[in-house]
Amino acid sequence: MVMAWNKGAAVAQPRLTWGFLALLAASLFFTPVLAQTFPALTGRVVDQANILKPEERAALDAKLKAYEDKTSDQVVVATVSSLEGTSVEDYANRLFRAWQLGQKKNNNGVLLLVAPNDRKLRIEVGYGLEGALTDALSKVIITTAIAPQFQKGNFVGGIDAGVDAILSILTGDAEQWQRKAEVREDPSSNMDAVITFLIIAFVIFQVYRGLRGGGSGVRSQRGSSPWIISTGSGSGRSSGWSSGRSSGGGFSGGGGSSGGGGASGSW
Amino acid sequence: MKASLLRNRIRIALTGMALAVGLSACGINNVPTLEEQAKAAWSEVQNQYQRRTDLIPNLVETVKGFAQQEREVLIQVTEARARATQVQVDASTVNDPEKFRQFQEAQGQLSGALGRLLATVERYPELKSNANFLALQSQLEGTENRIAVARRDYIASVQAYNTELRTIPGRWIAAVVYPDAKPMETFTATAGSDKPPAVKF
Repeated sequence: MVMAWNKGAAVAQPRLTWGFLALLAASLFFTPVLAQTFPALTGRVVDQANILKPEERAALDAKLKAYEDKTSDQVVVATVSSLEGTSVEDYANRLFRAWQLGQKKNNNGVLLLVAPNDRKLRIEVGYGLEGALTDALSKVIITTAIAPQFQKGNFVGGIDAGVDAILSILTGDAEQWQRKAEVREDPSSNMDAVITFLIIAFVIFQVYRGLRGGGSGVRSQRGSSPWIISTGSGSGRSSGWSSGRSSGGGFSGGGGSSGGGGASGSW
Repeated sequence: MKASLLRNRIRIALTGMALAVGLSACGINNVPTLEEQAKAAWSEVQNQYQRRTDLIPNLVETVKGFAQQEREVLIQVTEARARATQVQVDASTVNDPEKFRQFQEAQGQLSGALGRLLATVERYPELKSNANFLALQSQLEGTENRIAVARRDYIASVQAYNTELRTIPGRWIAAVVYPDAKPMETFTATAGSDKPPAVKF
């Protein structure tokens, strides 16, 4: 019996290797299509293009963190060294989704993307804030607050003015409760389904075990204790962002998405 | 005796439940799930095209106020809009290649006409600096971008759905459990239709 099993495994081995090679080939083939490397979300200010001084970055980060702590809106500034051949709109939307800015339920994120080498910038607005920070308002911010400063080569001044404008518009509107009603919700993720399945399977298993054990009068340990699972293990996603930690460290997107709201400009 | 019978029944019921849950985990629900996702993506596409359609009368009126002599372009836009609204679109459009092609063509023509209109606007500095026009222009620009995103999402979700229908486990499952499931149409990149008209000023 053991011998036969081993033999089967030995036969299966080359097939497995071929399958693996095919998979590898496929992944190599598809890589160029998918390849879009985004900078890591290291904080509320991601300065890949290196146009901000560390203290300017810290000041911006502190401002954005204070605002986020108050409202839970995630406003993030990103500078990138290259748009990698795509349009600023496309890049901003993909980056926004990759970073999952804004909380999952509210999609209340805003991304201010600056590509100094392409001389392009964009304000990408999450679904939930489209009603507050409209395309027209985003455009006005870009043309009146940001672009004039950028034309003078003053990146930090432009970004700062842009962030101030974004925050003031969002704050002005946040005081009106109507906005909450417009918030768009996402369907629940696969994770929830997995967790639900695990819980149901666990319950069924326990009941089944209990019935079997209860009938014969032998209540053994095996049915209960080794199967205790911590329910918190799968739900790390929802509490993904830091509130008490220091600025920058441990910051992550809340799971929000964007459908292309906002405006772009150049200088 | 009676107790064991009851136990058997419970066992059967529980096995049935476990089977249902197990089947859902191995992908029996993939076809309807992906179908619903693709349908949602489609309604977002429709939604964004509708949004653009709604913006146009206002845009035409504003441009008319400053550039009355551009009658030809304005009429073209209005007519293209009328043709686009005539194409009846609903959830079933995605399964009808002919209807889908009509929809794509009509919207493509409207994109082209809008592009021409915005190009002529370049000649009217007064219009270009008009606040109302600027707001409309940024709204239109935003809508074009949303259309692009919605189309991208739709293409991706249809691809996932069609792949599920055409590859092995999903193909068998669909044949047995969901015989009505049909592959959906997707956008083809026709000349310039997926490119938003350049809105520059």
